[in-house]
Amino acid sequence: MNTQNKSAFATSQNALTRMDWSQLSRHGGLIALAVILLFNLLFTPNFLHPQTLFVNISQVATIAIVAVGMTLVIATGGIDLSVGAIMALSGALAPLIFTSDFALANPELGLILSIGVPILVALACGVFNGAMVSILNVQPIVATLIFFISGRGIALVLTNGNLQTFHNPAFSYLGTGKIFGLPFQGYLVLIIAVCVWWVMAHTKFGRQLLAVGGNERAAELSGVPVKRVKIGAYVICAGLSGLAGLIVVAINSASDAARIGNLMELDAIAAAVVGGTLLQGGKAPIFGAILGAVIIQLVKYTLLANGVADEVALIAKAGIIVLAVYVQQARKE
Amino acid sequence: MQHLIEMSGIKKSFAGVVALQNASLHIAPGEVHAIIGQNGAGKSTLIKILTGVYRKDAGEVMIAGIPSTISTPREAQDAGIATIYQELSLVPLRSVTENVMMGYEPRTRLGMIDWKTAHKRTREILERFGIDIDVKAQLGSYSTAIQQLVAIARAVSLNAQLVIMDEATSSLDDQEIEILFGVVRELKKAGVAVLYISHFLDELYQICDRVTIMRDGQTVGQHVIAETTKLGLISEMLGRDAAEIEAAGMTALGGGEATEPGSALFEASHISTARGLRDVSVTVRKGEIVGLGGLLGSGRTETARALFGLDTLKSGQIDNLGKGQISTPAEAIAAGIGFLTEDRKREGIVPHMSVRENMTLALLPKLTKLGKLDRKRESELVEKFIKALGIKTSGMEQPIRELSGGNQQKVLLARWLALEPEVLILDEPTRGVDVGAKFEIQSIIRSYVDNGLGVLLISSEFEELVEGADRIVVLRDGRSIKELENPGITEESLIAAIAHHHDEESAA
Amino acid sequence: MLDTTAFDLRKYIQGNTHSLGVWIVLIALIGFGLMRYDNFGGAYNISSFLNYNAMFIVISVGMCFVIMTGGIDLSVGSVAAFTSVIAAYLSPYGIQVALPGAVIVGLALGGINAFFVVAMRIPPFIATLATMLGAKGGALVISGAQTISIDWGSNFTKLGMEKAFGILPWTIVITAIVVVGLWVLLEKTSLGRTVLAIGGGEDASVMMGLNVTRAKVLVYVLSGGCAGLAGLFLASGFGAGQPLEGVGWELSAIASVVVGGTLLTGGMGSVASTVAGALLLGLVFNILNFENGLGKISLSAYWQMVIRGGFLFAVIVFQSRVANSAKKGTL
Repeated sequence: MNTQNKSAFATSQNALTRMDWSQLSRHGGLIALAVILLFNLLFTPNFLHPQTLFVNISQVATIAIVAVGMTLVIATGGIDLSVGAIMALSGALAPLIFTSDFALANPELGLILSIGVPILVALACGVFNGAMVSILNVQPIVATLIFFISGRGIALVLTNGNLQTFHNPAFSYLGTGKIFGLPFQGYLVLIIAVCVWWVMAHTKFGRQLLAVGGNERAAELSGVPVKRVKIGAYVICAGLSGLAGLIVVAINSASDAARIGNLMELDAIAAAVVGGTLLQGGKAPIFGAILGAVIIQLVKYTLLANGVADEVALIAKAGIIVLAVYVQQARKE
Repeated sequence: MQHLIEMSGIKKSFAGVVALQNASLHIAPGEVHAIIGQNGAGKSTLIKILTGVYRKDAGEVMIAGIPSTISTPREAQDAGIATIYQELSLVPLRSVTENVMMGYEPRTRLGMIDWKTAHKRTREILERFGIDIDVKAQLGSYSTAIQQLVAIARAVSLNAQLVIMDEATSSLDDQEIEILFGVVRELKKAGVAVLYISHFLDELYQICDRVTIMRDGQTVGQHVIAETTKLGLISEMLGRDAAEIEAAGMTALGGGEATEPGSALFEASHISTARGLRDVSVTVRKGEIVGLGGLLGSGRTETARALFGLDTLKSGQIDNLGKGQISTPAEAIAAGIGFLTEDRKREGIVPHMSVRENMTLALLPKLTKLGKLDRKRESELVEKFIKALGIKTSGMEQPIRELSGGNQQKVLLARWLALEPEVLILDEPTRGVDVGAKFEIQSIIRSYVDNGLGVLLISSEFEELVEGADRIVVLRDGRSIKELENPGITEESLIAAIAHHHDEESAA
Repeated sequence: MLDTTAFDLRKYIQGNTHSLGVWIVLIALIGFGLMRYDNFGGAYNISSFLNYNAMFIVISVGMCFVIMTGGIDLSVGSVAAFTSVIAAYLSPYGIQVALPGAVIVGLALGGINAFFVVAMRIPPFIATLATMLGAKGGALVISGAQTISIDWGSNFTKLGMEKAFGILPWTIVITAIVVVGLWVLLEKTSLGRTVLAIGGGEDASVMMGLNVTRAKVLVYVLSGGCAGLAGLFLASGFGAGQPLEGVGWELSAIASVVVGGTLLTGGMGSVASTVAGALLLGLVFNILNFENGLGKISLSAYWQMVIRGGFLFAVIVFQSRVANSAKKGTL
């Protein structure tokens, strides 16, 4: 009896220290954000200027959107390297469609098609990725490597490697539109995040996705359609990447298949990890991913605004990622 | 005589949970020594301390009279202790030669690996055991038996003084076991001691000299095996005297024998699978508990897997009253079958998730309307089961990993009971849970059975089977060989049913 | 007894199906090129092809070692960019300084990966991702984001231009030495076998008493060193340190390794077929150039990415079928 009491005491004490740790690391992101904001208020000239907010929001939006999709994929225990290539593919397709003769003759339908078709293509890429991972049992890194290499290639082949510039105000609204003086895509991010969060918290699919990532065997034995759920995660991630590709094109009123979404996979993974997503799967902090994207963006901006070169920002990003994962790791043990 | 290995007063605990207290082990040079004990008795922990995988908290380990300083598996090997683990500790993707020689490869004068000599030496060692295989081929391309023997060959090539075999025969067939025994006798002749861990008591009488019995982390006996009886060993393992084993009323599963079983829920006849089932027939009816008796590896879990749609049938059929073909767990669940698996950690809990989320995992399709979860109904249901099953948790949002083993098991049981299944397959439902929780789990199961649930019960504890099951189907080597009916089953009669057939076949 | 030691072709093929494909396709592609194009087999084409692909071969072989332990190294491209700048800065002191300098810096960056993975226990994917970003930033910082021209007056230029013993460029000779050296390391030393054993089962390797930590440190340091050497080749090939190069190299290297039949889960792999994989992916580009040269079709260079992706897909599907059937056999 005595030993039992003792061990119960020990576990409760353990739980206490664990609480402290998890509290700290759970709010680590917010603390980091607060520190960065404070630093900027003190040192960065014109930080409170509305333009600052505008620039940061329009730059962070694409990373945040892709990071939300990446979070779902990582939550299943996978990873998606093809997001940047899928962005390029959808970003290359859109101008091809709305500059076609057909679209010039039917502007409304052309606009719908130029948004709908690229996203459908992106979703199809997601089905491919998901099928490779769940049906052929290919490791996610390798499975998504295929589109990483060939997706951008297809985009370049389609555009013949040319920079496509265009003037299409309706389409460009995706990247340059304003509501209450703030970029349209900022609202889009919020809407997407809320929707995906709701799906994760309130639907069967969301719950099953987390179960697959948390313990795939147990999920399967409980009747969870593991393959379908995994494919779903890759499809959503690819669809969001397609949307992000359109936004990039809309911002620039130009499409360069070689550059759209370049290195996006790394930014998205970094944002997800900094936001508290466990690489082993089983957790999908959607708002964490947004927070991660914002932190990464702000660090970049802060360094830039204070005259530190872009290059150094990369090193800072590396440091943030290692730190974030190290804290995760320490918590686990 | 100087003992080769002397372990005494060994203590070890993991994160506050005591695994060993006052365990001891004495092995003489050149003897075949057995360790027996139930799951969780501490056998593996004791061996891992000897081989440097774990560090002891207290106690003394002497090797040939000198205090041991072993702290890594490598040092254990260098000290002449080789271990063949239950899960093979070889690398199946690499060649046979590599697996035998790894870390000790013969070198040429240039310091390179001399593959020619390595292959030759490996071939020679294997030949001594009467094995003639292509040593350059991938180890994984050979049967488990060959792989076991390769592991032993590795041990011998390292000039081991003691070879530890942990459940070495659990996946071998009779012929392969004979070869293995031959090797063990060879080792003995060569003066090498063998520490033999097995669930199969018959085997011990064939090859062992002495036996050490463990229970609850303690060494409770050491005998010359020829001076023991099987029943005596079992009673010492279970911690009760032989007469007491025969006494009734030890488990809460019993007491329902009076109720008449109803109509059949499913009928499996002559099923076989690629996973080792050869010919099993079993029927479960409404309101009864059917036990699957047999030793480890006899096909109990494999039967459960086949019924739950995890393994496809090679032959035979399952008649589940027209609910259609079951080929996935989802279909099995839809047909009203639940499966509480043996490995709680790997196949049961989703550790990051809360008690609530774990409990309703299988129920999700029924809690969903148009894709949206009915969170209110979910909470009510979970609340109900937490109360009804007496689950000790700070609340339904507590992560399941923070619960004790018994409470985790209750959550998983609730996962299936919430589905209101017709048939529930329980694989070792009370393993690794404390006595109180065990009793509670058993009475919960019985109360559901009284209300018409059909249960297929798998348990390594003969007591639980004998007391709890209305009928016991005895399995051996993937075949159902006998059916016993309660009242009237005793542990002795169950053991007899298993052992009798064993003797019969080995005599044949 | 002699019978079993004799070389049995059929058995050899059966045991090596995973890497057989790459050789068949490579030979077929070479045969195709030889028959179709006049100058394909010419000394100039062979030498310039190998010269250009040397850096990819070197990083692929380094990557192969990491992957054989079940890990991954995403930092190789950035490390190569970094050391190309180092090599350019050191070029005035001659190749005798620039070569060791670039390689040592590469080894050191690999050491950082090893530290992250082995000591801090950060998953390889993330650890090397961080090093990738860090090395990229570092390369831009030390170069001021400019390409750094090499010193054309020093003997550094010999590396890419002068032929060793009058036959092949030094780049190719050095690559060959590295490949053979690493082949020996893998096939003939205990350390090499440990690398394979770790990927086949890390726990089992520990149980067998192998020095797992040492081997894991080795592979990351080695991969860094290989990337360092590739950076040297990059600087010599372009006549300048290229801080912006190396993007996507890590994934091409992984593709070469996978095409070469190395299992990404580790435990199996070979230096020779990794080289074959790298050559195969390079050859796609080479043949595309020749085909366009014929003037009958005009496929843009972008097609090579699509075709490479297609190759990768075919190999992966083949591998997964082999792996799945093997799994069925053992379970």
